[in-house]
Amino acid sequence: MIMATKSASAPKKTTRKSAAKSQLKFSKEQYIKWYKDMLLMRKFEEKAGQLYIQQKFGGFCHLYIGQEAVVAGTVSGSRPTDKHMTAYRDHAHPIGLGTDPRVLMAELYGRTTGCSKGKGGSMHFFDKEKNFMGGHGIVGAQIPMGAGVAFAEKYNETDNVVFVSMGDGAVRQGALHETFNMAMNWKLPVIFIIENNNYAMGTSVERTTNVTDLSKIGDSYEMPSQSVNGMSPEAVHEAIEEAATRARNGEGPTLLDIRTYRYKGHSMSDPQKYRTKEEVAEYQAQDPVEHCLQVIKDNKFLTEEEIKEIQDWVKKEVQESIEFAENSPYPEGKELYEDVYMQEDYPYIIEY
Amino acid sequence: MKTVQFREALREAMSEEMRRDKNVFLMGEEVAEYNGAYKVSQGMLDEFGPKRVIDTPIAELGFAGIGVGASMNGLRPIVEFMTWNFAILAADQIINSAAKMLQMSGGQYHCPIVFRGGNGTAGQLAATHSQSFEAFYAHVPGLKVITPSTPADAKGLLKSAIRDNDPVVFLESEKMYGDKDEIPEGEYLIPIGVADTKRKGADVTIVSFGKIIKVAHAAADVLAKEGIECEIIDLRTIRPIDYPAVVESIKKTNRCVVVEESWPLASISSEIAYHVQRYAFDYLDAPVMRVTQTDTPFAFSPTLIDEALPNVDRIVKAVKATLYRN
Repeated sequence: MIMATKSASAPKKTTRKSAAKSQLKFSKEQYIKWYKDMLLMRKFEEKAGQLYIQQKFGGFCHLYIGQEAVVAGTVSGSRPTDKHMTAYRDHAHPIGLGTDPRVLMAELYGRTTGCSKGKGGSMHFFDKEKNFMGGHGIVGAQIPMGAGVAFAEKYNETDNVVFVSMGDGAVRQGALHETFNMAMNWKLPVIFIIENNNYAMGTSVERTTNVTDLSKIGDSYEMPSQSVNGMSPEAVHEAIEEAATRARNGEGPTLLDIRTYRYKGHSMSDPQKYRTKEEVAEYQAQDPVEHCLQVIKDNKFLTEEEIKEIQDWVKKEVQESIEFAENSPYPEGKELYEDVYMQEDYPYIIEY
Repeated sequence: MKTVQFREALREAMSEEMRRDKNVFLMGEEVAEYNGAYKVSQGMLDEFGPKRVIDTPIAELGFAGIGVGASMNGLRPIVEFMTWNFAILAADQIINSAAKMLQMSGGQYHCPIVFRGGNGTAGQLAATHSQSFEAFYAHVPGLKVITPSTPADAKGLLKSAIRDNDPVVFLESEKMYGDKDEIPEGEYLIPIGVADTKRKGADVTIVSFGKIIKVAHAAADVLAKEGIECEIIDLRTIRPIDYPAVVESIKKTNRCVVVEESWPLASISSEIAYHVQRYAFDYLDAPVMRVTQTDTPFAFSPTLIDEALPNVDRIVKAVKATLYRN
């Protein structure tokens, strides 16, 4: 068991050279999949942002742009039977898990064909078929819930692992500390992932704590913890796989402080006065989508033509998602009375 | 029939359901090795073992959330709160997570979970330990809320709650756990959402629930000596409320008094009064009256407790007021 906190270099200190084929730890297929999935996340989110500004749909809209390697590495480092849960910055997780982007776009549009039938919106994506258990709007609420999902896996003696993601802001919620204590005490098969983009909305990690190294949060609970370069799908994959192996062996949870960056604001209405353009540019220089493309090109995994095919496919998927959403009906008013209770004849109070 | 304590009736309900379904488990503070803070779960650790009867640390928000997550993933947790006052810390998971999960996920995930524990006043425990939560939780669509007043109802309703596929808030009372009464032998269920006429009478309908209904019974005895026959409707379930049972009784008596342990504003008594004026207006011969706790936080001293809670005298006065008698 790793008790000591491993410290990964912060992304900004990372120098990344494109590896030659012989040095690569991951296969050609893996890089192609990462590139394809992350490009789809990126383009989906870019479009979602544009459509939001055009007021095609309402509500909140929290984009994942810049953080794609976290989901990409988590999905590739896990098994299809594992389960995933996150907070409200939740568009990329189901894309990574293979949910059709059409039903996600339809959910943003509040349409009945959406992944949550237009009842959850941007913050509450769900896809049971892909083991994506939400999409939760209250900061930190998913942390005990995710541990509870893991409790059930342990109770049923499966070897499935549950991945619970949160932002760096959620680390300050009491629910996290209560859950860490129980999850370690009961050795639940849960991996806690901090998608540490350094800002809780506009408040930096430094401004909210004396403990700025978030991987240390696990120490009080003797939870194996480490920081991970979140701009690298390879690093995320390796950390996820190692943590998952521990969990599958009955050794309980791991805390991963995955250091990532969101290029866009917290939500669509964020003037971003809390950071500099230079800081954003520094991370954009380590962009995970560009990195995978570079590896693919350097190692001649794909021809220029094949790369173009992927890019065109992504563009088409996003375009068709918009068309699907815009051509889908809104839910009818009476659908309010569906999916509130499992009891089919629940006697709702109906007034004027 | 057999005579058991209220706590034994609850224990029978949980144990029978745990024998029947391996996905049912009990978690909470002191439920296992200590045998329950109020001995409700006494002996259950011995029968079911530590995998299914689980002591938690004092972390209501955390273990309530773990229960919700487990229920999303196929289990049927019974989460015991030592009292519902402490469950205020877990309200986020009950109200924001459990109650909304089915809707927010577009019907994909549901939470078959029971949250249960002591509710309401329990002697000289002062303001933070003496609150009733029927109205708080009944306000929330997605939840079901149950407040039994007898051991027989407690067992049948708790079994139904554990089998129910929706999240259930189950409100008991520290003051009732020692109550002894008859319950049927063998297995039985009582449906959620069905009120029970605990006393028949033609003159005035008293609507009540939970342990304060005992005071209503005592008042009805006093009134009977004066020739006033009260009908007592025990709501048993607070969400959904069995409105037809209330309205039918009022069509007969034409008078209604609601007796509630908690505060008056935005209460179950307000709700009943609204419903009665809306759906039994033409049958009423007097305004609906209510007897509730004073509109103040509960206090420590016995004299203050006497002043705060509904008592026989107040109920008698309210009933007589509906009859225009002194």
